[in-house]
Amino acid sequence: MSPVVRIPTVLRPAMGGQNEIAVSGTTIGAILTELTTAYPAVTGQLLSEDGSLHRYLNVYVNDDDVRYLGGLDAAVAETDEVTLLPAVAGGAN
Amino acid sequence: MLQLTNDHRDSMIATCVRALPDEGCGLLLGTSSGEVARVVASPNVAHSAKIYEIEPKVMLRASREADAEGLEIIGVFHSHTHSEAYPSPTDIRQAPDPGWHYVLVSLRDVPAVVRSYRIRGGEVTEEEIAIGHE
Repeated sequence: MSPVVRIPTVLRPAMGGQNEIAVSGTTIGAILTELTTAYPAVTGQLLSEDGSLHRYLNVYVNDDDVRYLGGLDAAVAETDEVTLLPAVAGGAN
Repeated sequence: MLQLTNDHRDSMIATCVRALPDEGCGLLLGTSSGEVARVVASPNVAHSAKIYEIEPKVMLRASREADAEGLEIIGVFHSHTHSEAYPSPTDIRQAPDPGWHYVLVSLRDVPAVVRSYRIRGGEVTEEEIAIGHE
């Protein structure tokens, strides 16, 4: 068994049209790097240039936002589900 | 074109009024043809009258509910409390998905003004809102 990453609609065209991708990484950082290597079209959309989690991407392990689980160091077990979703923000400013 | 009911429209306006003095916001669940099935209100985690951010937990729950119901997240709404119902440069720059409908609720005037836009590659196009019956 391996963890599964659920892919949001906006990223699917750059990731082979898939809704879900099985990965082998054991941390969020390793998994995002693995996805970027496998699908270079998403470079810059998962991780920022400085290697940190992209400001406008929300990443969850099961029900929890990884920002509260150690960010890129958050551990992912083989039965976990990782979800990527856009952070939705804007405003009149 | 965005299709919704008077209840959906009223729900978006009510969410934005309740959020005052901050901007209000939420998600639209529906079909890829632009028919809204449900309005999901979100707290504005930016707690600001000038910017909004959807609560990440609401985003996750809405995404799961949409999957379970055979729907999609098809857009987002938010209010401009003192300016017109038109996407700001921030809205355009940060628009997360070119397939989405971007609904602006202006509370500057009474009654509130609700308009919908597509935002693709920095280009803003207004679209018709068709109000159907329940």
